[in-house]
Amino acid sequence: MSDVEEAVTRVHHEEWARVVAALTRRFGDLDIAEEAAAEAFAAAVERWPADGMPPNPGAWLTTTANRKAIDRLRRENKREDKHREAQMVYDDDPPEPVGAIDDDRLRLIFTCCHPALAMQTRVALTLRMVGGLTVPEIASAFLVRETALERRITRAKAKIKAARIPYRVPAAQDLPARVSGVLAVLYLVFNEGYLASGPDTDPVRHDLTAEAIRRLTRPIRALMPGDGEVAGLLALMLLTEARRTARVSAGGELVALEEQDRGAWDAALIAEGHRLVRERLAAAAAGVAPGRYQILAAINAVHTCARDIRDTDWSQVVALYDQLVRVDPSPVIALNRAIAVAELDGPQVALAAVDRLKDKLAGYHAYHAARADLLRRLGQSQQSRAAYDKAIELAGNTAETAYLTHRRDQLR
Amino acid sequence: MQYLVSVIDDKSNPGSTDRRPAISAFNERLIAEGYWVFAGGLADTDAATVIDNRGEQAVFSDGPFVESKEYLAGVWVWEAPDLDVALKLAAEASKVCDRKIEVRPFQ
Repeated sequence: MSDVEEAVTRVHHEEWARVVAALTRRFGDLDIAEEAAAEAFAAAVERWPADGMPPNPGAWLTTTANRKAIDRLRRENKREDKHREAQMVYDDDPPEPVGAIDDDRLRLIFTCCHPALAMQTRVALTLRMVGGLTVPEIASAFLVRETALERRITRAKAKIKAARIPYRVPAAQDLPARVSGVLAVLYLVFNEGYLASGPDTDPVRHDLTAEAIRRLTRPIRALMPGDGEVAGLLALMLLTEARRTARVSAGGELVALEEQDRGAWDAALIAEGHRLVRERLAAAAAGVAPGRYQILAAINAVHTCARDIRDTDWSQVVALYDQLVRVDPSPVIALNRAIAVAELDGPQVALAAVDRLKDKLAGYHAYHAARADLLRRLGQSQQSRAAYDKAIELAGNTAETAYLTHRRDQLR
Repeated sequence: MQYLVSVIDDKSNPGSTDRRPAISAFNERLIAEGYWVFAGGLADTDAATVIDNRGEQAVFSDGPFVESKEYLAGVWVWEAPDLDVALKLAAEASKVCDRKIEVRPFQ
């Protein structure tokens, strides 16, 4: 890649959302903004290698995109004032002083993650409009057909317009719920990479985990530096991503936490994640109750603090899970708590806790994998084998299936 | 922007029948705050008649155009600046009516 090509790619990462957001505000139309931004970047790819980089690439792109948008409106024979009637609604008031800074990109994010849109639609729209991924890129990431994805995005843009989903940062009293809706979208993108499923799929889709961090979560953290849950989610992603290479063996098999080569963890990502967790611990000490992402990040911080699995502070892990259960009383959290309890109070106590979740989790592979492991540690090989069989049958991730099969075949 | 706000009831699991006073109070508020355009409760779907006069002569059929467990029990038309305002009111309406609510914009 030439220097200019590299620069164009970098500018695309940095400026795409800004250009789309500014144009959406000016023209009140996501469709026009997206198309004009794409055309402006195409013009940059064509012209910059010959003409050299403009001194202010962002301003060049916004100006060019504005011109392309006006050209389109002229082509479609719509006067701008006429078009204005059909514009999206936005308010010029600066967002409420809750740590959010005034930036059109925030409006864009909250519109793309609006609760009136289906979850899959929010994911696709956010990756396209905020993340700047192309439709083919998103389609291949989520293993859906391009035409289907294109339709989904087109329908979403039409609904935003027809139903008047506003281009606005929500009011202070609505903000926590809406931010948590945005974070759910980011976490889903990350997990789609982290827990990739499908028989021919790579066990970890690094492209997706990295994009979720770089193109979505980091910029949102920069836009909402005061939001604890945003910080918590970024920390959680960093501490998870740090262990990515150690988590799957060369042979494509999942490596359990206790068997991972801790020297292979990414020290820089861990240090950054720990810094964020410490920042949130200080806030918690000052009386701000942490949400689920902050607690999950803290649990991951405890694990990544230990140089050896035997140094893990399990009582701290269980205490954090107790806190998490109060915030999010879901059976999956209860399962993870039980797995930590096994290290503190032994497999017998943990198995009793896991068995209580049977009704809710019988269709979840991790429930059977946890039972299989606990039964194995209790020397109940036959029952353990049956549980492994069930877990293997239900697991969708190739590395996990390989790991479970290996464990089962080691049973005597 | 005007929205059609539909109150959806379920024949197999109907909402409670004592909601009238609460709905009246909610309507008073919609009027006072400038959202109210129109409201009406509907008779049972058994009372509906469908007319098709696209052919040579009008054909009448007894009953609603689609038979389903869920049906339209009443409608509002609201004037609201955007969907966020409409959805917030609709969330209250669902509590007040003890039924599901659909919000759909007019063209």
